[in-house]
Amino acid sequence: MRDFVYYHPTSLDEARRLAMQQGAMLLAGGQTLLRDMKLGRYSPTSLIDVTGIVPSQIEFLDDAVCIGAGATHAEVARSPVLLQYLPVLAALVDHIGDPAVRNRGTLGGALAANERAGDYPAACLALGATVHTTRRKVAASEFFVGEGRTVLEPGEIVTAATFPISRRAAYVKFLNPAARYAMVGVFAACGEDGTPHIVVTGARTDGAFRWEAAETALTAGFVAERLRGVRLLYENLAEDLFADAAYRAHLAEVIARKAVGLASGPAPGVMVLSHGSRAETLLA
Amino acid sequence: MPAVSMTVNGRVVRGEVEGRTMLVDFLREQLGLTGTHVGCDTTQCGACVVHVNGLAMKSCTMLALQGEGAEVTTIEGLAPPGTPLHPMQAAFREHHALQCGYCTSGMVMMALDIVRRCREPDEATIREQLKGNICRCTGYHNIVKAIAAGAAAMAAQHR
Repeated sequence: MRDFVYYHPTSLDEARRLAMQQGAMLLAGGQTLLRDMKLGRYSPTSLIDVTGIVPSQIEFLDDAVCIGAGATHAEVARSPVLLQYLPVLAALVDHIGDPAVRNRGTLGGALAANERAGDYPAACLALGATVHTTRRKVAASEFFVGEGRTVLEPGEIVTAATFPISRRAAYVKFLNPAARYAMVGVFAACGEDGTPHIVVTGARTDGAFRWEAAETALTAGFVAERLRGVRLLYENLAEDLFADAAYRAHLAEVIARKAVGLASGPAPGVMVLSHGSRAETLLA
Repeated sequence: MPAVSMTVNGRVVRGEVEGRTMLVDFLREQLGLTGTHVGCDTTQCGACVVHVNGLAMKSCTMLALQGEGAEVTTIEGLAPPGTPLHPMQAAFREHHALQCGYCTSGMVMMALDIVRRCREPDEATIREQLKGNICRCTGYHNIVKAIAAGAAAMAAQHR
C-alpha cells in the first residue's frame, strides 16, 4: 500500500475542506476501504477520518428510522429503536461481515463503499431509504450508481440515512462458501398499498438492483408462488469460481421466493443460507 | 513521521508511524507484542483480533493512527507473566483447542467478545459468532467446546 497523509479533523467543515484536496478520500471504519487499498484498487494521497465527527444517533421520526452515518453495525444491530420499529434491518445488519467487522464498520462507510454484494444497499433500495449528506438528501434509487460508485462528489460526506418502516419485509441471503458474503441476496418488501419491492444483491457486477420483472409478477398479489419461472436476465451477472451466471440467476429466483414467503409470513426477518444449511435455518 | 499514543495492556505507549502503518504492525514491530498474528491480512481470518476500547477488532484493518488515545488489549494483556491464565485461555488449554496455534490468540480475543455480548452462548451461537475467525487446521470442534467452557468458567467467577 502506498503511504498517505492521515487527517483526523474535529469538525465536518474541516473534513469537507480537507476532502476537497486532489487525491483525498474519506475514511470511516475502513473495513472496505483499507482492504481495497491493500489490494491496490485505490491509492489516495490523503485519508480524512470522519470517525467521531459524523452523527451516530438512531432515532424514530415520522414513520421512519434515521440512522447517523457514524453508527457502527454492532450499534445498529442492537439499537432498541431498530429492534422496535424496523427489526428486519437490525437483523440484516447483524449479519454483515463478522462480529469484529461489525464493531468497526459504519453505515456511512457501507453506503459510500457500495460493494457488489452489499447488504445495506439492498435494504436501502427495497425500503426506499433517503441518504443525507453534507450537501443534500438523495433517494437511494439515485444514490447508488454501480459497484463501488455513488453520486457523492468530492468533499461530500454522508451524515445519515432514513429508512421508512415496513412490517412486511424480509432479507434472505445465500453465502459464498469461503468468504461468506452474499453470493445472492434478496430483500423483499411490500408497501402498505401492496406495492412490491424486490432488490437483488451479489448477483450482478454493478451492485444491488431492483428486479423489475419480479416486482411486475407480484403486483397482482404479494405471493411467493407468482415468482416461479421468473428468470433474471444474464446481462451483467457476476461469474466466478463459485457460481456462473446461470446458477446465480437460478439462485435469485429461489431466494426471492423465500424472501417473499418470509415477508408475508407471521415472523418476517432475515434468513441466512449456505451450502449444507438445513431448510429450516431461520435467524430472527 | 506522525506520532501516535495509546494505552496497550494498561501501559501508555508512544511511537512514530507512517499513515499506512496498521495497528497490528505497530503492536508487533514497535511494541514487540507478537502474540497478535497476521494471517490473511485482508480482514477475513481473524488471527489479528485485539480489543480496542473493549471491542474486538481486526488490527490488520485499522490504522495505528486510528488507535490514537484508545485502550488496546492484546493476548499478552489477559494474563501477565507470573499470573494464572485467564479462564478462557485455561479452557483452550484444557480442551486442546489448538493445533498449530496460529489462530489461537485471535480466537481467544474473539471468544471474550462473544462472552461480553452473549454471556453463556450455546454451540450454534458460538459457531455463528466465529464467522470471522478461521482455523486452517480446521480444529473448530474443540475451539467451540473451549469457548463454551471458558464462558461458563467466567460466569462462575462472577457469581
